[in-house]
Amino acid sequence: MKKNVYLGLYIVVAILLVLPFVVPNSFYLDLVIRMAINAVIVLGLNLLIGFAGQISLGHAGFLGIGAYASAVLPTHFGWHPVVAMGAGALVTAVLAGLVARPIFKLKGHYLAMATLGLGIILNIAIRNEAQWTGGPDGMPVPTMGLFGFELASDKQWYWVVALLLSVSVWASLNLIDSPFGRALRALHGSEVASQVVGVDVVRYKVAIFVMSAVFASLMGSVTAHYVGFVTPNLADFFHSIELVTMVVIGGMASVYGSLVGAVLLTALPQALATFEGWETVAFGSILMLCMIFMPKGLVPTLAAKFGKGD
Amino acid sequence: MSMLEVKDLSIHFGGVKAVQNVSFNIDAGIVYAVIGPNGAGKTTLFNLITGVYKPTSGEIKLDGESIGGKSPNELATRGVARTFQNLQICMNMSAIENVMVGAHLRLDRNLIKAALRLPTLKKRDAEARAEAAELMRFVGLDAFVDARADAMPYGALKRLEIARALAMKPRLIFLDEPAAGLNPKETIDVDHLVRKIADSGVTVVLVEHDMKMVMNLSDRILVLDYGKKLAEGTGEEVRRNPDVIAAYLGAHA
Repeated sequence: MKKNVYLGLYIVVAILLVLPFVVPNSFYLDLVIRMAINAVIVLGLNLLIGFAGQISLGHAGFLGIGAYASAVLPTHFGWHPVVAMGAGALVTAVLAGLVARPIFKLKGHYLAMATLGLGIILNIAIRNEAQWTGGPDGMPVPTMGLFGFELASDKQWYWVVALLLSVSVWASLNLIDSPFGRALRALHGSEVASQVVGVDVVRYKVAIFVMSAVFASLMGSVTAHYVGFVTPNLADFFHSIELVTMVVIGGMASVYGSLVGAVLLTALPQALATFEGWETVAFGSILMLCMIFMPKGLVPTLAAKFGKGD
Repeated sequence: MSMLEVKDLSIHFGGVKAVQNVSFNIDAGIVYAVIGPNGAGKTTLFNLITGVYKPTSGEIKLDGESIGGKSPNELATRGVARTFQNLQICMNMSAIENVMVGAHLRLDRNLIKAALRLPTLKKRDAEARAEAAELMRFVGLDAFVDARADAMPYGALKRLEIARALAMKPRLIFLDEPAAGLNPKETIDVDHLVRKIADSGVTVVLVEHDMKMVMNLSDRILVLDYGKKLAEGTGEEVRRNPDVIAAYLGAHA
């Protein structure tokens, strides 16, 4: 009965291997890199939202921690970029854990509110601590280097990001189909049923929340080094919403849906740029139509239509 | 010593005394039924013993150790399993995955190992899948081993819950109306299934309205009415108890 669960992964890897040789110019290569970065973040977020059924409206805040850790620590304190990246992830993990633990003991959708608040606080902190972060203007980020090898060109970044994406897809597929992943999905399906078979619901919710926050933080660091510049917009509320939208449009509880959502919503603003001034309206309309006609998201809807499992 | 000892157990929801000073003991290896009219507090009693509700007062002891107020997942580690009157199936998962979740505590739940799919975890997961398929056949769900949970009929879902509970390898299983909503043929099948479970050495506590099934299966019966214990004893004793007859038939015995 079991199909090859990695089939989709092989297709993703194949596409990633071919892409750099077919993109017409550096503009598109840049777009593809940003798609892939978003895809990794959305994968982590989908584990939280789609599989475990918990919502975060402050993921851009975690992204901001990673991005600014990679900007501030090497610039002001001379830390090695890799250490700075790890420090950002660690701070994110601790902060996410501290916030999530008391909230998950409550019943209901308090996490949405708490993460919303946390994201906004982080953004305000970044904007106001101008002596460290450059305030609203942002700040430059030193290049990432490892063992004397400098990551500078877009081609190099592409391969790094493609590798990260492939590994993330692989790990996500593995996780979903494991005792840990089944416990996550079970607490989404029926919390009381998962409890009576022995799932420590609070622990699992905290674990997946922390994990998805760390994903965001690490990719925030990657974004910072890749772009070479960080601004507070990276960590603002609208970016958080954009990430959630990618999850929902692509398809909740769908690994490949996460990729499709990230690709589409990263590309759409570019594609709509010709509408000049109307692009926000067009963007909103497309999202609304998607939700009306495909409430489960693109990939699950299409998979059901063509009779394939996801 | 009895396996389960319940003493003066009460729970109040505001002014509603759903369960009041109920005491009983359940010996290991028997089938114990809890009956009573609708709203008598049977499911509430299950929720209290399995940790879903916290008792207002009273004591619950499993193997002599107090378990009152412990959370459901702690009780699961002590071998207490249950099914639900209103189905609690994870519709976002396949049928067999629902059963595999039942084996949660017996599997390696490490996040890192899972993400890397280490060979040991993969092997154990394959075994868990085979065990789950075996359990589905045990409860008579041969036809649904490859099914999605949301594509299964009601009667099959009832049995899927039992399979999930059995996947815990429990010592004590609480079945909340396993035959509710089933047709006579399905009811007989569930009757046989409960007998098979009891014969495998699991202590069964049963809430059920089907009196034929209750009388047929139970070693002892507890009768609840308005949250209070009305009677307790063997089927024959309970059947002849004038209070029980009055409660059920409304007769002034």
